[in-house]
Amino acid sequence: MVVWTDQERAAISGIMGGLVYEDDGPKALCRCLIVYPWTQRYFGAFGNLYNAEAIKNNPQIAAHGTKILHGLDRALKNMDSIKETYAELSILHSEKLHVDPDNFKLLADCLTIVIAAKMGSSFNPDIQASWQKFLSVVVSALGRQYH
Amino acid sequence: MLSKKEKELLEGAWERLTPVAKYIGADALLRMFTTVPGSKTYFSHLDIRPGSDHLFTHGKKIVLAIAEGAQNIGRLTETLAPLQTLHAYLLRIDPSNFKHFSHCMLIALAVHMGEDFSEVLHAAMDKYLSAFAAVLAEKYR
Repeated sequence: MVVWTDQERAAISGIMGGLVYEDDGPKALCRCLIVYPWTQRYFGAFGNLYNAEAIKNNPQIAAHGTKILHGLDRALKNMDSIKETYAELSILHSEKLHVDPDNFKLLADCLTIVIAAKMGSSFNPDIQASWQKFLSVVVSALGRQYH
Repeated sequence: MLSKKEKELLEGAWERLTPVAKYIGADALLRMFTTVPGSKTYFSHLDIRPGSDHLFTHGKKIVLAIAEGAQNIGRLTETLAPLQTLHAYLLRIDPSNFKHFSHCMLIALAVHMGEDFSEVLHAAMDKYLSAFAAVLAEKYR
C-alpha cells in the first residue's frame, strides 16, 4: 500500500485545490495532443485536430480535459485506495478504449507542466516530487487491470 | 525532425534563456536530485545543496552546452563529440538520467516562462532535448 507523509498529502491537495478543472484540464489534454501527436489516435471522433490552434479551440477536447481532471479528483478523495478506486476505469481504458497505458504518463507529464507554468517557483522541487509520486500511483492504477 | 518554425521558436527561446543559464540549470538539477534520488550518486564530489556555488556552476555548464547545440542542430554530432567521449568513457552516467534531466529542464522552463512556454515551444524543446540526449549517448557502446 502506498504510504503518504503529511507533507505529501498537503502538497497534493494544495495543488488540486488550486486547479480550475474547466481550464487546466483542457490545457493539459491539448498540450498532450500537441506535444505527443500520436496520442491523437484515440480522438478520431472528436473532429478537427489538424493543428495546435484547432486542438485548442476544439470544444469536445475541452470537455474531455475537464472530465479527466474530475476523474483525478477521485484519486485525491481516496488516496489510500487509489488502485481499487480506478479498477473499473482501468478495465474501461483497456477493454473498451484500447489506450496504450504508456500514454497515461505522457498526459500526466503535460498536466505537471501546466501546473508548473501556472504556479511558477512555488512549484518547488519537493512539491514537484510529491505531485509526481501521486500521478505515478494514478498512472500505475490505470494500467493495473490490463491483461 | 524539427520544422523551420520549430527551429525559429527554439532560437528565440535560447536567446532568452542563455543569460539566465545558471538559474535554469541549477533549478533543473535540484528538481532532478529531489525527484530521482539515484541521480545524486554521480555528484558525491560536489556540494549540491540548494543555493550552492557548485549547483549554479554545473547547472550553467549544462544549459550552455544545450544552448550551443541548438545553434546548429544539423551538426549536433560534431558539436557534441568531446562531450560524447566524456560521458561515455569518463563519467559513464546511465543514459536514463538524460531523460530525467530533460523532464526537469522542461519543468524549469515552464516555471521560468509561465504562459510563454507554449505547447508548440514545449513540443520543439522536448524534441530537441531528446535528440541531444540520443547524440550524447552515441559513444556508450
